[in-house]
Amino acid sequence: MATDAPGGSPLARLSAALGEFYAAPYRRTFARARRDEDDLFMLLVCSEALGVPNPAAYYTLELMPVLYERFHDWHRRMGMERSPLDHVGCC
Amino acid sequence: MNAIILLLVGLGAMALGYVFYSKFIAEKIYRLQADYPTPAHTLRDGVDYVPTNRFVLWGHHFTSVAGAAPIVGPAIAVIWGWAPAFLWVTLGTVFFAGVHDFGALWASVRNKGKSMGMLSGSYIGRRGRNLFLVVIFLLLLMVNAAFAVVIANLLVSTPTSVIPVWGAILVALVIGQLIYRWKVGLLWPSIGGVIVLYALILIGNSYPLVLPDSVFGMSAKSAWIVLLFLYAGIASLLPVWVLLQPRDYINGLQLFVGLGILYAAVLFASPTIVAPAFNDNVPDGTPGIVPLLFVTIACGAISGFHGMVASGTTSKQLDKETDARFVGYFGAVGEGMLSLAAIICCTAGFATLVDWQAVYAQFGAGGVTAFVNGGDVLLMEGLGMPEQLGSTMLATMAILFAATTMDTGLRLQRFVVQEAAELAGFKVGTFLGTVVALAVCMALAFGAGGDGAGGMVIWPLFGTTNQLLAALTLAVISVILIRKGRNPLFTLVPLVFLLVMSLYALIVQLGTFLEQGNWLLLAMDVVILVAALWVSFEAFLAMRKGRDAGAAEDGTLDGERG
Repeated sequence: MATDAPGGSPLARLSAALGEFYAAPYRRTFARARRDEDDLFMLLVCSEALGVPNPAAYYTLELMPVLYERFHDWHRRMGMERSPLDHVGCC
Repeated sequence: MNAIILLLVGLGAMALGYVFYSKFIAEKIYRLQADYPTPAHTLRDGVDYVPTNRFVLWGHHFTSVAGAAPIVGPAIAVIWGWAPAFLWVTLGTVFFAGVHDFGALWASVRNKGKSMGMLSGSYIGRRGRNLFLVVIFLLLLMVNAAFAVVIANLLVSTPTSVIPVWGAILVALVIGQLIYRWKVGLLWPSIGGVIVLYALILIGNSYPLVLPDSVFGMSAKSAWIVLLFLYAGIASLLPVWVLLQPRDYINGLQLFVGLGILYAAVLFASPTIVAPAFNDNVPDGTPGIVPLLFVTIACGAISGFHGMVASGTTSKQLDKETDARFVGYFGAVGEGMLSLAAIICCTAGFATLVDWQAVYAQFGAGGVTAFVNGGDVLLMEGLGMPEQLGSTMLATMAILFAATTMDTGLRLQRFVVQEAAELAGFKVGTFLGTVVALAVCMALAFGAGGDGAGGMVIWPLFGTTNQLLAALTLAVISVILIRKGRNPLFTLVPLVFLLVMSLYALIVQLGTFLEQGNWLLLAMDVVILVAALWVSFEAFLAMRKGRDAGAAEDGTLDGERG
């Protein structure tokens, strides 16, 4: 939280300051991890679109449970209460 | 003399330094401007560049720079008596460290938040920057190897700290899970974490754990060192949110609580200092006070490592330029306070002068153990803490500092290995990089001295390397000041003093290593000596060039206004 964050009760301000104290030194590391993840995702999507066989196709099945949670968050963000895909029954 | 006088004089001097001297430096030398757009705003990216509340930023800066060094240095240096250590810590903090840390922060803020390494490239030249990398690698190597020994010594001498130290890892793991998996707010896990940490200290105090005399043919101390390196290796490979982040956080909180308790104990106990002011009866083999005092106490008086932190991460988060005075200068004061507490514990926490002399029977013998035992007595007298509980608490505190610095240090060293390999044209994976970094540290720990204590043998070299880094930072600040046509005297005096002392110390040590036939340290000493001479030469050239360029540049450098 930056200094321009809203005020609030002393307890809320203390909690915000603690959050800042917790997160600040590691912002860069997390941003880098997120970028690497996005790069990998982009690579997989692009190869799929170009018809390049995905060497990890077999293993991606194992990643489905991890994906479910994020897919769920995504369709909620997109304004869909329920999963739009029949075969992805996250909720 | 009563330790309260020492405490009050020390704190008073640092407070006066902050109120008056740092104000003078801020207004007349660095000329801070409240409306100067800091990189946190101009380059704001939500990742590295984020304007941050100055108290939070101070907390970060302070906990990042405070490792085991502000305790180890003074704990060894009081062998020459309390007065020299006290004077160097107090005056060093006020006139050296404050100006240095504050200056590094300011210089970086005025240059788009660039790190000291990059700045030395722009202001002193490319050779200066390459040298910087060599010095950083050596420094990390020494920190990792020496801290492993410091921790192992404490685990052996204070077996009651074993449970809280390793238990703290569990506390951190749980906090990490609570925050990232269960999305719990930070307030209650923090309070709970600190309470559990102190409960573990109570449990550990009742159940000391001692390793058997021989573990796979190694002594207990060597076994701890190997275990610590294994731990640091694993910690640096795990995702940061699992262990490192919550661990740094909870340790930071514990540091503030622990320091408060220690100062309160001194005030209530009002102990007498039993150690002599100037010890003219030093044990055989103790090196001369000049120049060794000034390199033995590095952190706590002045430390190059602070400049790296100030220009590396702190400068990118500074909300207003005027906050630099509080974050930079007061950060140095925080570290000075830790060193002052260490000096008091190591000189006033003994019953008689004879007891003190028995501990300080050999150079380097006092160390952190003296801090822990002395502090225990103070906590017992001042706050009525049961016997041994205080030493468990202080040992845990010292170990936690050293351990977090060590696992971050190993991670950094792995990055250096990977970068060096990339420059050489091949790719080194995370695992292999960590193994190489671990192997180098262990080779030093077990190669330079028996029983894995090689890390401690190189401690005096840590001081010189660190001071060399501080000198390099001061040189960059001086060049900037000269180019702006301002009075560089306030950074030049500490710079010259540090360079002379480091060079003198390196030459003294060179003779010692040659006599002992210690080729590893001899080689390292030569590398550092060459680097030191190189820095002096390059800095001198840069300053002359800066003066010739004259004050024409004043006010125009890097978009400066007004």
